[in-house]
Amino acid sequence: MLSKVKWGVHPDTRKTATEGKPIESNALPERVVIPVRQHLGAPCEPVVKKGDVVKKGQRIAAANAPLASHIHASLSGTVIEVADKPHPGLGQCPAIVIENDGQDAWEEGLLSERSWEKLSKEELLELIKNAGIVGLGGATFPVHIKLLPPKDSPIDTLIINAAECEPFLTADHRTMLEHSELVVTGVLIIQKVLSVKNVYIGIEDNKPDAVKVMQEACQGTGVQVRPIPTRYPHGAEKMIIKTLAQREVPSGKLPMSVGVVVQNVGTAMAIGNAVKYGIPLIERIVTVSGGAVKEPKNLRLRIGTSFQDAIAQCGGFSFQPDKILMGGPFMGVAQYTLEVPVIKGTNGILLLGKKELNSDLESACIRCGRCIEACPMGLNPSMLSILGERGMIDEAKNDYQLLDCMECGCCSFVCPAKRKIVQYVRYSKKLAAEKGGK
Amino acid sequence: MSVENSHQEDSANQLIVSSSPHILSNDSTQKIMWTVVAALMPAVIFAVYYFGVPAFRTLLAGSLSALIFEALVQKIRKKRVTVSDGSALLCGLLLAMCLPPAVPLFVPIIGSFIAIVIAKHSMGGLGQNIFNPAHIGRAALMVSWPVAMTTWTKMPSVIDTVTSATPLNILKQQGYEALIQTFGSQSDMYTALFLGFRNGSIGETSVLLLVIGGIILIYKRYIDWVAPVFMIGTVGILTWAFGGSNGLFSGDPLFHMMAGGLVIGAFFMITDYVTTPITRKGKIIFAVGAGAITVLIRLLGGYPEGVCYSILLMNCVTPLIDRFIQPAQYGRK
Ligand code: SF4
Ligand code: SF4
Repeated sequence: MLSKVKWGVHPDTRKTATEGKPIESNALPERVVIPVRQHLGAPCEPVVKKGDVVKKGQRIAAANAPLASHIHASLSGTVIEVADKPHPGLGQCPAIVIENDGQDAWEEGLLSERSWEKLSKEELLELIKNAGIVGLGGATFPVHIKLLPPKDSPIDTLIINAAECEPFLTADHRTMLEHSELVVTGVLIIQKVLSVKNVYIGIEDNKPDAVKVMQEACQGTGVQVRPIPTRYPHGAEKMIIKTLAQREVPSGKLPMSVGVVVQNVGTAMAIGNAVKYGIPLIERIVTVSGGAVKEPKNLRLRIGTSFQDAIAQCGGFSFQPDKILMGGPFMGVAQYTLEVPVIKGTNGILLLGKKELNSDLESACIRCGRCIEACPMGLNPSMLSILGERGMIDEAKNDYQLLDCMECGCCSFVCPAKRKIVQYVRYSKKLAAEKGGK
Repeated sequence: MSVENSHQEDSANQLIVSSSPHILSNDSTQKIMWTVVAALMPAVIFAVYYFGVPAFRTLLAGSLSALIFEALVQKIRKKRVTVSDGSALLCGLLLAMCLPPAVPLFVPIIGSFIAIVIAKHSMGGLGQNIFNPAHIGRAALMVSWPVAMTTWTKMPSVIDTVTSATPLNILKQQGYEALIQTFGSQSDMYTALFLGFRNGSIGETSVLLLVIGGIILIYKRYIDWVAPVFMIGTVGILTWAFGGSNGLFSGDPLFHMMAGGLVIGAFFMITDYVTTPITRKGKIIFAVGAGAITVLIRLLGGYPEGVCYSILLMNCVTPLIDRFIQPAQYGRK
């Protein structure tokens, strides 16, 4: 019944390094650097200043804009600085630096066990909003907004994205194995907020253990656990919607236009934590892997922990990495320093060597057609790259659907001429945006 | 902590900060081209064994001169010299395989010049040319030196008859009966064509060995099976339907499918990425078109063989096919 998957690529998933390793919680860092922008949208405004004493879970930056999400202290201690700091996604961003007082003391009145079943939709949404929850799959869209679709888009399907299709990453996999109950609680909460009937959890079929654990945890809830073919980028919203709901999101529209909301499985757990126990989003599961890591691991890390601290918990480098990424190798962001902190959207830290990168000089397109076969959106990446190279942006936009590209990277991955197709696409999109309108 | 600070500085200076994706598959243009060259080797080696030293000399001249011309042009155009990518070698080799074994030495060299310098680089280099360079080379030679291009070595026939014409020539000039007689019997003819004991261009010999090479490329997913299957299939069906002298469906499709340059054309020429459509649907249209034109030329045209011209003609419409046959797009129904 699952539609046959023809698009995408099937790289070496490299997950064996960490998929069997339980999530580790180690000593807390001496300090955390917490950027005021860790979500898609407007930055938060700091509500603490240098010298303030803060408790774990205390709100330290407030979401005053409509599209934003509160930020909380992930440690108890003293604010020693509020200043621009390196940010793994934005380059630089104002951040609140907290020095650990070693107490790890919770903000008073925060923790409370609730039976969520008795709460109304509005109350649930408020709890989610106050906990500062964003999409943890990497997109970091504020969840309380995604769960409040406009009246004219009735939602009938919730998809929990547990595909985890990027190579190396196993954070979601371990989350399901170790916290299935909390995940299911979160899923049921989202279901209640959206009042939807169909709920699917989509898991790539290279994780049969997770499929089994989730099936057991979902028994009697009506939530359907669906193994889906292992193929990158099956975790892309549009792809998992097509496979599980047999719907295509029209070009330029959001999933809600076809009645679907997609949430990541880690997000579901965070929602479970927030609603059931009152715990705001102050930590997350991060896979630290790649050839240059001595001991690849899945870590539970406080938001604001530096990459350097995280890597130290994994025994440091086995050799000098040539590239350090936040996220997976297909869509991750290359870092220029290890000072950057783990933020809400950090699902992985990868340290890669030249051999794994396999990069080479770019050459002319030989029109082999592999990029076309691989493109999940059905585009012609070869033409997009050529038009981008020549600066023919209007043609790329109007005749070759430039704006439909989701920058998944399949085309660049398969290209034997090593063409930097995604880079041309980004460049063209930027030019198109500057030209504006139309 | 095992990540010391000094270490740290170092690494920070060397980190690559390019944009995603960060991993690439390990296929490369070079690997593909060299694999295609390797896939041609069984047929090449057989041709050298069968036709002897002249064929070897022609192959060597074609390939080497192609490499040299490529390097020279790139030097002059001040481009990165990419002879190691194998595309020029492949082009020279394919051109030589389209020639009679014993042509004068200048023929493959001039052919390579036309293929590399005129057909490939004057259009902008690898990936830009509309026409298959090897076939442009061959077509130009055909017009310029028609005699040299159609003088065949004597075919060491399985029976006593000795002939210096290709099977398609015999068919065109003397008819099907004469053709069968040349080989002895129909089944002898099929065997000879299949194994490669026949007259023709260097690369037109052994169907068996060419197909083996082609299957390796299909298996490695370097070429799409639809191209050879649809082209050879089209030729088979059309010659069966219209190729006989006793009305419809009295032709000999097996002969036509194995004769001439069809097999090398279908497996190695219309699978050239640059000059054929980029989508699978487009490839099918191309293959059927090339097959149909081949039959048209063979049955009605002035030349005994039509593979080369049919491919060149279809090359012309490749940009058009690509323009209209677009992949099925997500979310745009
Ligand atoms: S994969 Fe690369 S070489 Fe092949 S058609 Fe696409 S852009 Fe061209
Ligand atoms: S063109 Fe865009 S959507 Fe298609 S494979 Fe490339 S990056 Fe992905």
